[in-house]
Amino acid sequence: MLDLTPKEIIERKGLRINPCKTCQPVGAVYAALGVHKCMPHSHGSQGCVSFHRMFLSRHFKEPAIASTSSFTEGTSVFGGGSNVKTAVKNVFDIYNPDIIAIHTTCLSETIGDDLNTYIQQMEIPEGKIVVHSNTPSYAGSHISGYFNMMSGFIKYLAKNTGEDNGKIGIFPGFTNPGDMREMKKIAKLLGADFTMFPDTSGVMDAPMTGNYEMYPKGGTTIPEIIGLGDCKKVLALGELTSMEPAMELKRKCEVDFDCLPLPIGIEATDAYVTALSHFAKTEVPYALEEERGQLVDIMLDSHAYYDKKTVAIYGDPDTVLGITSFVLEMGMIPKYVLTGTPNEKFTKKANALFEKFGVTDCKAKASGDLFELHQWIKNEPVDLLIGSSYGKQIAKAEDIPFVRAGFPVLDRYVHSYMPIVGYKGAIRLVELISNALMDRQDRDCADEDMELVM
Amino acid sequence: MEARILEERKQSIMVKDFCCSGDGKSITCEKESVSGAVSQRACVYCGARVVLNPITDAYHIVHGPIGCASYTWDIRGSLSSGSDLYRNSFSTDLRERDVIFGGEKRLTAAIDEIVANHSPKLIFVYATCIVGVIGDDIEAVCKQATEKYNICVVPVKAPGFSGTKTLGYKMACDALMQVIKPHAKPEQPKKGINILGDFNLAGEMWIIKNYFKKIGVDVISTITGDASYDTLIKASTAELNIVQCAGSSTYLANRMEDELAIPFLKVSFFGVEDTTNSLMRVAYAIGDAEVIRKAEAFTEVESAKLQEFLTKYRRNLLGKKAAIYVGGGFKAISLIRQFNEMGIETVVVGTQTGKQEDYAVIQSLVNEHTVILDDANPAELETFMKEKGADILVGGVKERPLAYKLGIAFCDHNHERKHALAGYEGVVNFTKEINLTINSPVWQLL
Repeated sequence: MLDLTPKEIIERKGLRINPCKTCQPVGAVYAALGVHKCMPHSHGSQGCVSFHRMFLSRHFKEPAIASTSSFTEGTSVFGGGSNVKTAVKNVFDIYNPDIIAIHTTCLSETIGDDLNTYIQQMEIPEGKIVVHSNTPSYAGSHISGYFNMMSGFIKYLAKNTGEDNGKIGIFPGFTNPGDMREMKKIAKLLGADFTMFPDTSGVMDAPMTGNYEMYPKGGTTIPEIIGLGDCKKVLALGELTSMEPAMELKRKCEVDFDCLPLPIGIEATDAYVTALSHFAKTEVPYALEEERGQLVDIMLDSHAYYDKKTVAIYGDPDTVLGITSFVLEMGMIPKYVLTGTPNEKFTKKANALFEKFGVTDCKAKASGDLFELHQWIKNEPVDLLIGSSYGKQIAKAEDIPFVRAGFPVLDRYVHSYMPIVGYKGAIRLVELISNALMDRQDRDCADEDMELVM
Repeated sequence: MEARILEERKQSIMVKDFCCSGDGKSITCEKESVSGAVSQRACVYCGARVVLNPITDAYHIVHGPIGCASYTWDIRGSLSSGSDLYRNSFSTDLRERDVIFGGEKRLTAAIDEIVANHSPKLIFVYATCIVGVIGDDIEAVCKQATEKYNICVVPVKAPGFSGTKTLGYKMACDALMQVIKPHAKPEQPKKGINILGDFNLAGEMWIIKNYFKKIGVDVISTITGDASYDTLIKASTAELNIVQCAGSSTYLANRMEDELAIPFLKVSFFGVEDTTNSLMRVAYAIGDAEVIRKAEAFTEVESAKLQEFLTKYRRNLLGKKAAIYVGGGFKAISLIRQFNEMGIETVVVGTQTGKQEDYAVIQSLVNEHTVILDDANPAELETFMKEKGADILVGGVKERPLAYKLGIAFCDHNHERKHALAGYEGVVNFTKEINLTINSPVWQLL
């Protein structure tokens, strides 16, 4: 269907075509859903929250709740103070969350609403909490919305009591509940006492119970967020996503942090495991060594099918960097890596990876879009495409095998339950990648070349 | 149940012949959502965007930060027999600088880039919330581009906060008039019909068009399902408009009646009864004896074919209970009728944008004690579906996971419908889908 994409690349100054990002507020909603008994609240028009809930529902195939200040014409002239106060009262009355996490929108930011003041003026019921963060849609992307909301929680809640609680904080980055479960599994195997924040497992992958639970069992609890201030240390996974809130916690509570890449692939998972084992002062258990060994074993078995194949990877910055690093470990060539999120650190980090593995002719870009990626591919094609569902049209137009990973995946099931992090996640990635390439080989080969054993 | 319903919301909920609140006769609707509600409802921009989106060869430029563009990118299953242009996302992706210094320059550049690289005939420029506030004059930018390039560049002023989704429909209709009206010639002969308010989801427009071909009625323009610039500008030559989605398109029909002297009929192609009635009404309105004869013969044959089918499926479905939560009142009405044909009782029915008169019809179609809601939120839907023991919910994307969490079957009758649900074919698809999901073995696992 992408017939209109011309091969010739002309610099665009005004037009964004087929974006590879979305706006801050949806990231803020996702972060807030990772807090137990929290109602995300959008301070803007009623349409915003409807879009965010729809978007998240389409990816997770789960209900995604959030309330809205429901701005009107009058609100946008006189300010949203009375709307948000009414909203907070109504939300506590009817939906009874423990905490409301307000995020702003392009509209409320532009008219200059001051949430700090509004929250001070609110009547908040005894024992309930309201926090906020500024997430104008015209800055950053859904990734910054996610980390800004995290910083919001930290600013309002985290406390340093002067006595450490012996825990390590784990900031999981913008990942699926399946990834968060895998990261927690590893931390548990290493005997680390930890708080994962935020934690959407048990919320956005909640089981069927026959009841609709507005607040499912999962999510970081409020005491745990307060306790972040007493953590001995924080592991901020994915620098471009998790470093900001880690710095916020350091500023406020003097908790040191280490920035690590998302644990995607062998080296990054090794780094995660090592950091936790140092922290917990434990040996790496056999269960993890076994998984790592299995991963390497599988890569030995299958490498001929993907070695030196070229791949285009697009999506959220830390996810793309993680997958890029792993495909390099697999011997593939990440010819194009692209994120829509504006952050030049992404390009630097990607280029550093290219250099480290000695690959040339690879291109990285931040603030890009899928129209441009398609143009690159039209000029020099790749063997495989990895990214969100939005690439499926490119995959079809150019007849490229396609692996769905990252956010959003709108057209497949189960993905959000399955990790791409940790050794297990890497095993899954090898399976997805090799299956895509081998299915293609089977599809395209001559009848006489069709092999039963591969 | 009482404890979970907001005081302000009570006027928007009623039980037939039982006063939940207010006088029980009228329902509060067509209002903005209550602050703090987890509303299922979208905004003015969304309303405008979904109506215009199916115009296949238009460049739809969303002027605003990226979110509004990305959330409406290729989400509506409107099919095209021609261009696929509309399935791409074009926007100005406004940044902080633009918000401070104004976004007009960027918008102008965006239009220039489209003209430089492609050959557009029609461009829609949607103003989102923020554009309404920073005061970009998109009308001036569009006017300038129209003159400079001699193409049709239409502003759609749809800031989300300026009303409800219904106002967005109106904005879209105004934009369509801007495309259609300049091509109207006085005293031109009028023949054939325009189909308004069908969006060709899963190819439904093609099914309906085919019926008119069979009975000898020409279809001039389809608005907006599978529409193109070239067909849209012929719309003024039709002698009759038929309106399928009344909520979104009645306003356009009214304007076309007033300004282009084209009368209209409200129709519905959901269910056997409504499809047959609609075809016959069009035949009587503009057809000669031959058209009427053909229409009678065609609807008779098609209805008869379906009787056996429906009898067979009725056995599986009789006694089941349905909940309906859809956008417009007209669709809700058709669905209640269809469920009646299947032997399914509608126990909960709600709409996002239904009007007073729609709710009056709904009231006349349902049994006693059916719950009727306007702009329902998940908590209300849950409460009433459970209380009434619904077996299936018919709704849109946000309702699907809710239904599944409650262990209730679900059918998407919105953008994500999997099969064509209109016309006689639609009856077969819809009945099969309801049967498949309501009787799936998965419910035994709960």
